Amino acid sequence: MNALSIRNLAKTYPRGVVALRGIDLDVEAGEFFALLGPNGAGKSTAIGIITSLVNKSSGTVSVFGHDLDRETEAAKACIGLVPQEINFNQFETVRQIVLNQAGYYGIPRRQAAQRAETYLKQLGLWEKRDAVSRELSGGMKRRLMIARALVHEPRLLILDEPTAGVDIEVRRSMWHFLEEINRRGVTIILTTHYLEEAEMLCRNVAVINHGEIVEYGTVTELLHKLHIETFVLTVSGDTVRLEPIEGYTIRPRADGGLEVEVPKDHGVNRLFAELDRQGIEVLSMRNKANRLEEFFLRLVERQRESAEVA
Amino acid sequence: MPSRWQRNRVAFETIVIKEVTRFTRIWVQTILPSGITTALYLLIFGGLIGQRVGEMDGHTYMDYIVPGVIMLAIITNSYGNVVSSFYGTKFQRHIEELLIAPVPNWLIVAGYVAGGVARGLVVGLLVTAVAAVFTDLSFEHPLLTLLIATLTAVVFSLGGFLNAMFARSFDDISIVPTFVLTPLTYLGGVFYSITLLAPFWQVASLANPILYMVNAFRYGILGVSDIPIVLAFAIILVFIGVLGAAALILLERGVGVKS
Repeated sequence: MNALSIRNLAKTYPRGVVALRGIDLDVEAGEFFALLGPNGAGKSTAIGIITSLVNKSSGTVSVFGHDLDRETEAAKACIGLVPQEINFNQFETVRQIVLNQAGYYGIPRRQAAQRAETYLKQLGLWEKRDAVSRELSGGMKRRLMIARALVHEPRLLILDEPTAGVDIEVRRSMWHFLEEINRRGVTIILTTHYLEEAEMLCRNVAVINHGEIVEYGTVTELLHKLHIETFVLTVSGDTVRLEPIEGYTIRPRADGGLEVEVPKDHGVNRLFAELDRQGIEVLSMRNKANRLEEFFLRLVERQRESAEVA
Repeated sequence: MPSRWQRNRVAFETIVIKEVTRFTRIWVQTILPSGITTALYLLIFGGLIGQRVGEMDGHTYMDYIVPGVIMLAIITNSYGNVVSSFYGTKFQRHIEELLIAPVPNWLIVAGYVAGGVARGLVVGLLVTAVAAVFTDLSFEHPLLTLLIATLTAVVFSLGGFLNAMFARSFDDISIVPTFVLTPLTYLGGVFYSITLLAPFWQVASLANPILYMVNAFRYGILGVSDIPIVLAFAIILVFIGVLGAAALILLERGVGVKS
């Protein structure tokens, strides 16, 4: 069963800005799915429509088989949203915010209080339950929005850049928490700019650009389409006078190392040999972490080139 | 899984409790000022100036203005509560908490209106208590008085809701109260009987909806009114119908709350 089915979804804003050009998307129940794309690509508009925060121009959205237009309340009851920007009442306490959200979903007070305690404890916010929300740190505010989104125990959790602006420790703890939620059977759709996040958590991804789904598949499939890999080299020797090496793009790094783009059909033996000839010794080598980002940049580049040819 | 009725009941209670908690938490800003203003009105207009004005419609001037002053407080507070609360909800974007939830639009309107009515009536009670210090207050038709107060609070809560939907800045939520609501209220017979006006202005005053509410309320307390009570009720109900429908249609379209 699909947790989410979108057909021909289009959105044109009142001033004529076309945000979505009739996208189709299916997300299976139980998936941990990533929706990727640059700023202004249409990700947030798509999420806005799915969560009833944006009016669509045309198309259909179905959540666990409930049509958003015809069975609005049933569809809404299935969704939990962690938005990109802080959107809770800054004057209310942590517990009050979670309890109110439970109330909007019709969860009786006593049951809501139990669930609020459970999720606030799981997200490390129980000690802060009586604190006014504006006094929380950035990471705590993000976690509060996750607790709020989970209090009605949705079957589909949508997170719009949930770890933006939080430190790596908080980010990792949130990843573990989301993996646990997904294991419990909650379908998760994630948009993110930290692309290693998608690589680490998600099996399937869709890439959206200029309001269209331009790629759709598993993370592995998408990475296979990447013809160039980027390596970070730690080196010794004088890199200032480094001569260009044909077939490779080499950029010096601020830490004295080198960043090298290696086409897949070139290999690295000739690169090492050339560097050695120029008196540079490679001490260590690692894959640059954001391969998906690289893929995305190349994808956008490819699209631009084909548009120019056309 | 709760039934739709249970879910809606809990959601409605949640909105109302949230609204009541909000205005009681900041009672110094929301409840107290009307008590002080009323005491000043009654002291200066009712006590000092009123003694020279003499009787109006067979009542002392102090007694005559008390219903209007109570109604003034109900109108401004019910309107002010909803306009500031709902606009604040939009401004801080926590309106999204409601929009994503399975809460029908009519319930959102009803919840905010109930909050506005609650504040209007709480302040109305306070003002009535203050008035009781200055005059021997008795109610000719107590149930009618309560009904008119409640329905008027509904009308102005709906007005505040509509104002908040269209408002794009904090300036926009003060324009209507300052330039429309206050003049209409003061010209709505709070401090005088329209029989004192020239014939043209008497007729012109009949276009002011607040006149009907103030007079109906005065009828409930003193038993006197410049206009027929049935007409007052009809006009109030028409306003509730029209403003309520407008609020629902606008919310359905997402005016001011969805892009």
